[in-house]
Formats: sequence, structure tokens, C-alpha cells
Amino acid sequence: MNAATNGAVVNLSNVVATAEQLVDGWELVVGLEVHVELATKTKLFSASANRFGDEPNTNIDPVTLGLPGALPVLNRHAVELAMRLGLALNCRVQPCTFHRKNYFYPDLPKAYQISQYDQPLNVDGWLMLPGDVRIGVERAHLEEDTGKSTHFGGAEGRIQGSDFSLIDFNRAGVPLVEIVSRPDIRTSEQAKQYVSELRAILLAVGASDAKMEEGSMRCDVNVSVHKPGTPFGTRCEIKNVNSIRSVGRAIDYEARRQIDLINSGGVVKQQTLHWDDASGRTNVLRTKEDADDYRYFLEPDLVPLVPDAAWVEQVRASLPPLPAARREALAALTGAAKESEAVAVIVERGQDAYIGEVAKVGGDASRALVYVQQAFADEPATPRVPAGDVAALSLMEKNSKITSTQAKTLLAELVANGGGDVIAMAKAKGFEAMDTGALELLVDQAIAADPDAWSKFKAGEQKAMGALVGSVMKLSKGKADGKAVTALLQAKANA
Amino acid sequence: MTVRRTAVDIAASVAAGELTATAVLEENLAAIDAREKEVHAFNLVTADRARERAASIDADVKAGRNVGRLAGVTVALKDNMCTRGVETTCSSKILEGWKPPYDATVVRRLADAGAVVVGKTNLDEFAMGSSTENSAFGPTRNPLDTSRVPGGSSGGSAAAVAAGFSTVSFGSDTGGSIRQPAALCGLVGVKPTYGMVSRQGLIAFGSSLDQIGPFTSTVADAALLMEVIAGHDPLDSTSLPQPAPALSSVLSQGVKGMRIGRITDMPEGSSPDVLARLEAAFDALRQAGANVVDVTMPSMSYGLTAYYLVAPAEASSNLARFDGVRYGLRVDAKDLNSMYGDTRAAGFGDEVKRRIMLGTYALSAGYYDAYYGKALKVRRLIADDFAKAYQSCDVILTPTSPTVAFKFGDKTSNPLAMYLCDVFTIPTNLAGHAAMSVPFGTGESGLPVGVQVLAPALGEAPMFRVAAELERAV
Repeated sequence: MNAATNGAVVNLSNVVATAEQLVDGWELVVGLEVHVELATKTKLFSASANRFGDEPNTNIDPVTLGLPGALPVLNRHAVELAMRLGLALNCRVQPCTFHRKNYFYPDLPKAYQISQYDQPLNVDGWLMLPGDVRIGVERAHLEEDTGKSTHFGGAEGRIQGSDFSLIDFNRAGVPLVEIVSRPDIRTSEQAKQYVSELRAILLAVGASDAKMEEGSMRCDVNVSVHKPGTPFGTRCEIKNVNSIRSVGRAIDYEARRQIDLINSGGVVKQQTLHWDDASGRTNVLRTKEDADDYRYFLEPDLVPLVPDAAWVEQVRASLPPLPAARREALAALTGAAKESEAVAVIVERGQDAYIGEVAKVGGDASRALVYVQQAFADEPATPRVPAGDVAALSLMEKNSKITSTQAKTLLAELVANGGGDVIAMAKAKGFEAMDTGALELLVDQAIAADPDAWSKFKAGEQKAMGALVGSVMKLSKGKADGKAVTALLQAKANA
Repeated sequence: MTVRRTAVDIAASVAAGELTATAVLEENLAAIDAREKEVHAFNLVTADRARERAASIDADVKAGRNVGRLAGVTVALKDNMCTRGVETTCSSKILEGWKPPYDATVVRRLADAGAVVVGKTNLDEFAMGSSTENSAFGPTRNPLDTSRVPGGSSGGSAAAVAAGFSTVSFGSDTGGSIRQPAALCGLVGVKPTYGMVSRQGLIAFGSSLDQIGPFTSTVADAALLMEVIAGHDPLDSTSLPQPAPALSSVLSQGVKGMRIGRITDMPEGSSPDVLARLEAAFDALRQAGANVVDVTMPSMSYGLTAYYLVAPAEASSNLARFDGVRYGLRVDAKDLNSMYGDTRAAGFGDEVKRRIMLGTYALSAGYYDAYYGKALKVRRLIADDFAKAYQSCDVILTPTSPTVAFKFGDKTSNPLAMYLCDVFTIPTNLAGHAAMSVPFGTGESGLPVGVQVLAPALGEAPMFRVAAELERAV
């Protein structure tokens, strides 16, 4: 479903690419349609389980199979999860209706999909990308998933030419939200950021497990190219883009294909394309001429869905802090850049609150950020190591009681043991940071032992420093702080 | 013909131990043995199941257990209502042999109330028709004159009661499919307010129009059955959030002071015998103390056109699931599209195909606004006209059918003539209102004439009061 049509005279987005975002002078216009399966217990219109990976055709019932006489009953929890997502995407939640989208296919049991058409649940939202790039969200509507077809024999796993096909209806009727962006995306990098951010929001609000590899999050990508200041080009829709990396690759490939086509005098035709991840190419699925006429009409088996204001406000109030706000808070707490990898990774793991805990008990937040990023990848959102232990460790390093190398060793031990008394642990290992006097003695010793390296270092050969630092470390049996050694060497050389 | 027992009498007598359910059933089965070959009311007679059921009710009575409001009442079900483990065909080859894994809500409520199902009745395929001639399994004959049709699409259900095959029966009404056969067979037939009776388990024709309702010999029986089957069902999202209305208690209230609407711009084409009976009905109500008031329904004559866009449009979508993939008929073919085409070509009859094509066309890109979209506007106009009319009256009287029962083949070659049978019944479905047909004497050839009582949404109580008065006046 897409409101945008081909060769639009009026452009549907005012976002203009920067000069460095252009590709050989062409501006990319990208819009994404992302389908996500909602994390409900049961299906959108029946009581069968919504569960991935079960034995085929076990989570079925008369409604799921489209048996004659079976009627849909809307799942309130699905509506609530869709509203959570909509509100997290800054959408307006509005009274809405369901339509039938009619087409024949063996994995579509009723031969129509119940979806939302001209009155979707969530409209007019936006999502912020790094660098404060705002991508409009046109709508986020509810619909039911189809069954899953597997075709055997023949080419390319398609139904045409296959020997036989098997259908698993476990997925049929699973609640989906389709999130349609505005065509505000200008680079493949932004598209990847959009999907990544959307995924983070889905996880944060608990709307979906958003596993692209299991198909609970699926992307269709609309791509067109045009010269800045001219009407949008004809778009192509790419289906089967099943990882964030593929989103980038598919857009880059398709934009290049369209630019090359136009440059060689060709014309882009409105097509639906299939992304082949193995070959890194798109193939034509169908052209606009043989597009289905879905004959949408109001679903007479359902009544309009009118979420009352109190319900909407209750859902809004129950939203957790969203990833963007959490990244900002974590950046402010730790002094790291909000777009840094450490901040992104820790918020994605949900471990930002833990760093807050470390800071609250007096720990050094910026060191805790490094510790958690490096050593807590396999830990849950609330790591087993008590925040107080990490706080103690960070203070020991900050106050130069131990070196960063030693801190790393102790951290690994904390993680392995699920915590521990870091002061005792440091003592047991004989860890102590050397005071400057003792360190200076060792530095002098190293210089005396390797006068050749020393003169090279003084002459400005940075390579020579490594050898000197290395021998100081050896002399100190690893207790010397590398940074302090470097500083001493520099000071001596400049003296 | 023997005097038929009413459902009210049977239920009371069986519960009191004065009559056995088995005795009631055996009378019906004997009548079926005698005349079913000639009438062909049923697609399936479930005699064994019915005997078991009747015996179990009799045992319950003996043991002093509660047997429900319809204890021992025999019912026939239109064969588009799902019955668990019992073949349900819609009189279509495409569903031949299909056994639903569940009961329709109405079927379950009837069973809970102690009713005994004697069989599944014939219908125009997928309820599309007005004579039951469109059944894939052959037509049903009118028991009152077997050279004539029983009406349709619920012709089998009407014939079953008229022939004494069951005490009462159930049909579905999308554009008149209960009321018109009730009129043609001399029975009471009710189309409840849309949403009053659950559609769960009713195989859909026009989902926004379909309602299940009873065929009975008396108004009191119809009231009793409505009280049993109506009321909210969480499995049907269009089911109204309220309990069944109390109707049995209003029947004796009379019509004194009630305002009875007479449509001054009624669509033409009714035969004089039918119009004479309508006049007699107005007279009877006047004599009982009601006031007859003139109302207008300028949009009424557009109802037929709007209906033949809305109902086929929904049907084209509802019937798309019969694709040979999961159940019912499959004609094997070289590829998927040929399998779809061959299966549906072999499985559906001409009238069903005609309506699927009509509906598909009406919803197609480029035609939607001109056809389906415009039909929806007419639908609103009709509702508006009714709303205006009901400001000055409580119910409206019209003929149910323009004519008495017609002969076989009279209208089969002319679909439009057949469609005109429903000109008075269709507007009610488009508006989602209530209506019922009450037998009110006879017309040409001594055949019964039905008068239709129209009421606004949830107007069942005044509708039944008027119907009861007409019944008393005959």
C-alpha cells in the first residue's frame, strides 16, 4: 500500500539532499514500508496462538483458515501495541476502519486480507535520525499476515513452475503493523539508520521482537532518482529486503541501475522488484500494467475502531523512555557523543539504566560506559555484576590506583564471577599503580638500557617510543600505566 | 392437512411431560416420508441424530432436568448455517460434502434450548435467488401447490414448515429471503434488525445485509424463537451489545393508538389481489384502534438497483475463498490459475457466477465510484427516508411480495423479473432495519398473501404487536 504514485508532478517531500549526498548529481528519493509482527499472544482476529517456530498448521482455527461462516473479532492487545508504536512514532491515533484487500493466492485463506486503507489507526508521525534528520511517518496501520508458502521444484522457489507447494497457516492472521515512511530518505545510510532506529523503538515499547532473520520485521523499499529541483522520478518497489545491510545494498544497487538506465537514454518503468541478496541484484517481479486491482472495500464483518481518548492517554502515559531520549541522557551522563557507538550499543542492549545506577552509587560514568560496552555484551539489560562493584572499579582506575590494563583484567573477573570485592581482588593480584617517583626510576632505567631508541625518539621518531614504553612495562611487571609512561618520556625529551 | 402444533404448545407440553419429543419428531418424520420426494425441502434429513436428540430430551424430562424453552420443538435449518460434523452445502457443488468443525451460534443456542434439528433445507445456491430454482440439487416445490415455487432463497425452510416436516425453521434474509418465501407459503417470517442475531456460522452472502430469522406458523412462535436466538454474541463483531428483546409479552398489547405508515409513493407492479389484502390489513388495524398515516419513501424504488451492487460486491469477496485450496470441490489442472478457474467454473451455478461478476465489476478500479460508491449513497438515502417516515409512524405496512407464489420457470429466463420479487423487502436490509411477513388471507388461486410489517432498527416490539393484531384479524 502506498499513496505515492509514479512520475509525480507534485513532490511528496520537501527534504533536499546535501551536495555530498547526491550520487553523480542525482538525488535519491527513498521511502520505506516496514511490516512488523506484533508481540501478541494470539492472532489479530482469532484466539489461535501467535508463535513462531511451532509445528506447521498447529496454530489454526476456523477464522485463520477462512472457513465458511467464521467471523473476525479484533484483538484488543494488538490494537494497544499498534497504538504504542504509533505514539512512539509521534503519530496521531485516530478513529479508523478496516478494509478488505482482495486477491487470490493459496496462502491467503479468505482470498482477501483484512487491512486498513483510507482511515488507518496511526497517521502523521515522524522518526528522528542521527544528526537530527527528521523522517516523516505517513501512517502505521494494522493488518493481518498471510500464511507461509514453500514451493518445491522448479526455479527460484517461486510457485510458477514448481512441482508442489506447502502452506503453513500458523502465520496467517498474525497481527502486523505496516509503517509507511514519507519519501524523506535521501541516502542508503539514512535508510539503514531509519530501519535500525525503528527497530530500537519497537523493542523499547515492546510492540514486536523485530527479528528480521525470522521475518517478524520485513522491509519493502521504494527508490527513485531525479535531479534536484525537478519532479520526483518514477519509483520502483523492492521486496524481500531482509536485513539492515541488505537495505543499504539494495538501495545502492537500485539507484545505480536507475541512474545508469537514464544516463544511457532509458526510462525507468514503475516495477515491483525482488532483491536477490546472494547475487546483490534486483529482479523484476511485475510491472505496473499487471498490478493487481485489490478492489478495496469496507470490511462488513468489523465495525469502526474508535480508541477513546482515555485509552490513548493511558497508553501514552505507559510508554517507556524512547531510545533517542535515552541516548541523549546516557551521553549527557557519560560525556560521550550521543551518536557514538558505545551509546548506541548500550541503549540497544538496554544497559543504560545500569550505567545510571553505577553513577548513582558514586562511580565514574564515562569509565562505566567503556566497561559495559566492552565486557557486558553477553549480559542482560540488568547485568549480574552489582553496580557498586563497577563503581568501585571505575574509581580505582580514575584515581590511578590501578592502570587501565589492570582494570580490564579485574572487570573480566567481575563478569566471570558475577561480582566481587575489587579492592581485595586487586590486592590478591598485586595490582597497584606505581607512584610517579618509582615510575621515573624505571623510565630512566629503560633509557639507559636502550640509548639508541632514546636518541631516535628525541629526534622525533615516534616508532621508537613503543620500544621504550614496552621495556618500562616489562620492568614494572605490568604495573606501569602506559599513559603515564608516555607522558614522562615526552616530558624528558622536551626537557 | 392436520392441525399443526405450535412451538409454544410443544415446548410447554414436552416440558410438562404431557407429550414426548420423540412423538413430535415421529410425526414430522412421517410427513417427510410421505411428501419429501415431491416437495424436496431438504438437502439432508438427519433423522438418526434427531431421534437421539429427542430421546435425550425425553430422558431429561423424565429425570426432572431443565430442558430449555424449546424442548422438543423440531427445527429445520437452511443449509447455509454451519452444523458441526453435518454436511453444509449452501446448495452448491463447490461445498458438496463439506462438514463444518463447528456450530453456528444460532444452532448452538437452539440446541441449548432443547430444539431438535430434523435436517438442512434447500436454498437458492448461496442464498442467491427468489424461488429456490437456483439450487444445484434441484428446486423445492411449494407444498400448497407443487406446480409453484416456495419463494426463495430460503424456500426449503419455508416448505418444511408448510409441509409439516418440522415445527419451525430458520432461514437467512439478505434482501427478502425469509419474508418472501414466508409470504408465498403462508407463514410468519422475520428479518430481525441487523446485529440482533449472530451471523457467526452463517455462510456469508452479503455480510452487511445478512440476518438469520425464523419461519413459524404463528406470531407467538416467532416471538419465542427470537427470544431464544437473539442477543449479543462476542464472536460476531457486528452483533449489537444487548440482550434479546422481550417479545412474547407484547403480543397481547393490541395496537390502540399506534401509528401505521402507508407509503404513498410505493413502487408499482403489485398484483391487485395482493394490494387488496394490504388494504384489508390497514382496515383491520384501524378497527383495532390504530391510526393509518401517509408517509413517503422517494428512494424506495432505487433500493433494488443499490442492492444489486452492494450484495454482489460483498458476495464476490465472500465467495472468493471457495478456491479449491483448503476444502470443498477442487478440479485439478495444470497450474494454479487454471485450478482456480476450473474449480470455480465447475462449482458455481449461473446465478452465482452472474453476481460474482457483477460485484467484481462494481468494485473494480475506475468503476467503484460510479457503481459501488453510488450504491452506498443510495443506501444512506434510504435510511434517511425511513428515518423521516418513522418520525410520523411506528411501523409501515407494504406487501411482502408483489404476487402470490408463481409457477416454476416463470422468471428463470429473466433475472430482472426475478429480482423484482424483492422490491418491497430489500430496503429493510439496506437500512439494517427489522421487518416481518404475516400471512393475511389469500389471493389469486386461493394462494396465501403476506403483509409486511416494517419497523425501524430495534423496533421488534411494535412490529410484533402489529403482527399479532393482523394474525388475530384474519
